[in-house]
Amino acid sequence: MIGSSLAAIAAPTASAGLENLVGNGIQIGYLISACLFFVGIKRLGSPATARQGNTISSVAMLLAIVVTLLDFQVVNYVTILGCIAIGSAIGAVMAQRVEMTAMPQLVGLFNGLGGAASALVAIGELWRHFGTSDVPDTGSMVSILLGVLIGGVTLSGSLIAFAKLQGTLPGAPMTFPFQQAFNAALLVSFLVGSGLLLTDSLNQSMFLGTIAISLVLGVMFVLPIGGGDMPVVISLLNSLSGLAASAAGFVVGNSMLIIAGALVGASGIILTVIMCKGMNRSLTNVLFAAFGSGETGGATAGASGGGVQKPVKTVDPEEGAMMLGYARSVVIVPGYGMAVAQAQHAVRELSDQLDRLGVEVRYAIHPVAGRMPGHMNVLLAEANVPYDRLYDMEDINPQFEQTDVALVIGANDVVNPAARTAKDSPIYGMPILEADRAKHTIVIKRSLGTGFAGVQNELFFGDKTMMMFGSAKDMLSKLVSEVKEL
Amino acid sequence: MNDPTIAALFIFVLASFAGFEVINKVPPTLHTPLMSGANAISGIAVLGAIVIAGDTHTTVTTILGAIAIVLATINVVGGFLVTDRMLQMFKKKEVKA
Repeated sequence: MIGSSLAAIAAPTASAGLENLVGNGIQIGYLISACLFFVGIKRLGSPATARQGNTISSVAMLLAIVVTLLDFQVVNYVTILGCIAIGSAIGAVMAQRVEMTAMPQLVGLFNGLGGAASALVAIGELWRHFGTSDVPDTGSMVSILLGVLIGGVTLSGSLIAFAKLQGTLPGAPMTFPFQQAFNAALLVSFLVGSGLLLTDSLNQSMFLGTIAISLVLGVMFVLPIGGGDMPVVISLLNSLSGLAASAAGFVVGNSMLIIAGALVGASGIILTVIMCKGMNRSLTNVLFAAFGSGETGGATAGASGGGVQKPVKTVDPEEGAMMLGYARSVVIVPGYGMAVAQAQHAVRELSDQLDRLGVEVRYAIHPVAGRMPGHMNVLLAEANVPYDRLYDMEDINPQFEQTDVALVIGANDVVNPAARTAKDSPIYGMPILEADRAKHTIVIKRSLGTGFAGVQNELFFGDKTMMMFGSAKDMLSKLVSEVKEL
Repeated sequence: MNDPTIAALFIFVLASFAGFEVINKVPPTLHTPLMSGANAISGIAVLGAIVIAGDTHTTVTTILGAIAIVLATINVVGGFLVTDRMLQMFKKKEVKA
């Protein structure tokens, strides 16, 4: 791979020696960089060392890039450095400007860009073969096709996920008749096209066809998945972007790409599995069941349809403030509604006021609350809520019974007791936060509407439950001013 | 399949196992930073992009490589910075708490 252009100019023996030296130097540089990546990501796994871990990873990346630039094959530095400068500037501005509430979209978008880059590497490599007419061997061709497929799916899938999270596309699952059959047909045509390309690698139109199919597959993959399942999709796309980089590494014969890509692939899969467990659903169910499309939830909503007429107790901010202010312990259960209303700062204010009154305030975080893994943690961190106040589901659930007031803010399915009791419910078996076991439960929500799963929430109709209807932010500010009066 | 591909396959599989071992227990607080940090690392594709953009024999390849460099660098720089921004918030509290 290394140094054809320089070798032609310099004296053969001298250049061969230098080439070897630089070639080995590059590989050693990659080895150091790979080790730093592993150390970095390991440190990212613990709160105390996480920031340092991220810095180590970025140093590893810088080293890998600098080392690659020493490759003799690389000649037009102006273009390359120019492109790096442009990309860095755009990336830096995006990272600075983004609101914490828009973090899921941003991660989705970045994922897509990474996938796109990997796919372009694979495409560019085959195009080089088109130019020289030398046929790539089977191993390289398979790698190129995998790079195009995974990279393409990552790109278009991430863009659809981005559009759904941004609200450009409706968050609900989008389905059409014979969707599965259509997708299967797409996959088969990709495989057929790939097969033909393996026999005739330099068939340009066939190659363009497989690129197009990969992109359509990515769109089809994410369209039928609803907003509440986004934590799974985002982690899976994250994993795919790593695998795409690995595939690109196979294409250009670069071990650094393969190692870093595999590392990302592994971390994405671990998160995906954690998210699926948090919903007690299998990955296939998340990806293919079009969960929350109304059809799934419709039957159950109908079955418990009488529930809508059940009496609901409401509470005004004044009385709510009294309940909270005179409680000994309060557990706050945030959900996606808090993120939508950007109410995390108001939540923090309320808990400060409660602190002042000597109320013990804790936060209960469901693993899949929000739209990406750890979504609630990030938002509450932004609002300066100390993270030792955030409790995982397993830790907080046994404590609800001793809790005076559970304050549910914009969460729905993750506190639905039907998951424990109703065998016919689509969310049956999903681990939930047992807010219904607290002595009193106050739910701040805009309406009695169903959550993502399309299931009526019996918690709202419970004897100990009081509803505060309104946007999370408005209701919380009213609560804060009432609590201040106490 | 040629030898380099098989050798690459070894690297891939072993690196995946190492990845699983290194990450397997991460507290929920760090799920988002882990994801966005890993996401930044997936921008490693920039290396491949540099290699193909650096090859001046085929114009199309150079152009595709150049575009890939821009996209991957956005991913890398944006990803690391945004992760740092997040972790900074976590850190600030740690001092307070």
